[in-house]
Amino acid sequence: MQQLLDGILEGLRLLFTGDAVLWEIIYLSGRISGIALVISAVLGIPFGAFLGLARFRGRRLVQAIVYTGMGLPPVVVGLAVYLLLSRSGILGHLNWSWIPQLFTVPAMIVAQVIIATPLVVGYTMAAVSEVNPDLRIQVRSLGATPLQITLAVLCEARLGIIVALVGGLGSIISEVGAVMMVGGNIEGSTRVLTTAIMLETRRGNLDLAIGLGMVLLLLAFLINFGVTQLQGKGN
Amino acid sequence: MAKIYDLQNVKRVYESRTVVDIDTLEIEDGEILAIVGPSGAGKSTLLRLLNFLEYADSGLIRYKGQEVNAQLPLDFRRQVTTVFQRPALLQGSVEENVVYGLRLRGKKNGKGEVLEVITRMGLEKLRRARARTLSGGEAQRVALARAVVVRPAVLLLDEPTANLDPYNISLIEEVVREINRVQKTTIVLVTHNVFQAKRMAHRIALMLSGKIVELSRTQDFFDHPRDPRTRAFANGEMIY
Ligand SMILES: Nc1ncnc2c1ncn2[C@@H]1O[C@H](COP(=O)(O)OP(=O)(O)OP(=O)(O)O)[C@@H](O)[C@H]1O
Ligand SMILES: [Mg+2]
Repeated sequence: MQQLLDGILEGLRLLFTGDAVLWEIIYLSGRISGIALVISAVLGIPFGAFLGLARFRGRRLVQAIVYTGMGLPPVVVGLAVYLLLSRSGILGHLNWSWIPQLFTVPAMIVAQVIIATPLVVGYTMAAVSEVNPDLRIQVRSLGATPLQITLAVLCEARLGIIVALVGGLGSIISEVGAVMMVGGNIEGSTRVLTTAIMLETRRGNLDLAIGLGMVLLLLAFLINFGVTQLQGKGN
Repeated sequence: MAKIYDLQNVKRVYESRTVVDIDTLEIEDGEILAIVGPSGAGKSTLLRLLNFLEYADSGLIRYKGQEVNAQLPLDFRRQVTTVFQRPALLQGSVEENVVYGLRLRGKKNGKGEVLEVITRMGLEKLRRARARTLSGGEAQRVALARAVVVRPAVLLLDEPTANLDPYNISLIEEVVREINRVQKTTIVLVTHNVFQAKRMAHRIALMLSGKIVELSRTQDFFDHPRDPRTRAFANGEMIY
């Protein structure tokens, strides 16, 4: 109990005195997951909208694949990316300069994109298919082009899409398996919040671990608080 | 009067059931045509065809001489719009809903027109209200405002006043008549209510099981019906 309390106090101290190491880790976590989220949004929102709106053969199959993707264990994604990017891997041995190397930030971003994109696709799909189908016909009747119809539907579903993005962000900023596997937890270059918590706990630096844990919780809270605020506005 | 629509042998089939089956129908530019008929007669389906929202399975529809199909150019499509029985309003304010059609057409300076139409519909106090919180009558007036602000050549109305109170009904009827008179907008009005058809229309068509069994000038429709079923319908004797 005492230890927990001390840890919390020390964690707060580190946080508010602007501890350089701590803030570097926070910054790196935010940067990696932020970039991964943007890429996932660019890939996932259009694809999710397409799956939610279009009717084509094999749609159910694709949906089932997306749902499976939404539950991918991060550590398995990490393993897959590891195998792809390692020197003897399918992509790694090609040695092309644009293919990220293992134990770098780009490799971690790749892994997080793979984790977050199915989530963004799945939630976007759900949000879009909940929009009243009459509205699509109405908007078309008012002179909307197919692109304008899609935009109108996305606009109607915007709350669900924000929730999709937040869900994606929450999942990647708090996952540890993939970033550990492909990032390697290298101090000052690929060490993020979750891998740092693991390391500091193992080292016995519970204060720092607790401080980092609080940051993670606080981030999660802020993100979710933001969403509930938005949802309040939507109603 | 020139004709704006010309339908020849138009069939629309849903799951091997023919729901619209029209040998010939000409709609005159600038008229108010009412379409009456029992539930399931195919009235809404006909309006969807006239709005290019779906296409005939056989036969030919011409709009202003252009053959109607999936390749119909956008500027023709944008001349026709529908107000549906249940108004599907967008999230956001009344004003945002009304301006929507102008936005789609890339018109930036429609502020004055929007305000004018909102006022004409008696919605000025509700301008900034959330559209989704409106009453049924208010919502339907927003839907009508949103349609007329783009100055369509053809306005299709699918039971626009069903379930509304007398105040909203007369306001909507008045505005529809006015835009027909002033802007020469062609109106096709689907209604269950023969009295509304009588009040509004220049011509009335009776639709039964996908077919138009009578189409005549409003006076004749009631006074000299050619088809016995028309008389039954006009007298409210038809069971539906
Ligand atoms: N998308 C569809 N798929 C299958 N059948 C349909 C579809 N739309 C309409 N129908 C059928 O076509 C027939 C005509 O429908 P429609 O909605 O045009 O009738 P209506 O005259 O407008 O009736 P109401 O007065 O009840 O609105 C109905 O029997 C309906 O069940
Ligand atoms: Mg109908």
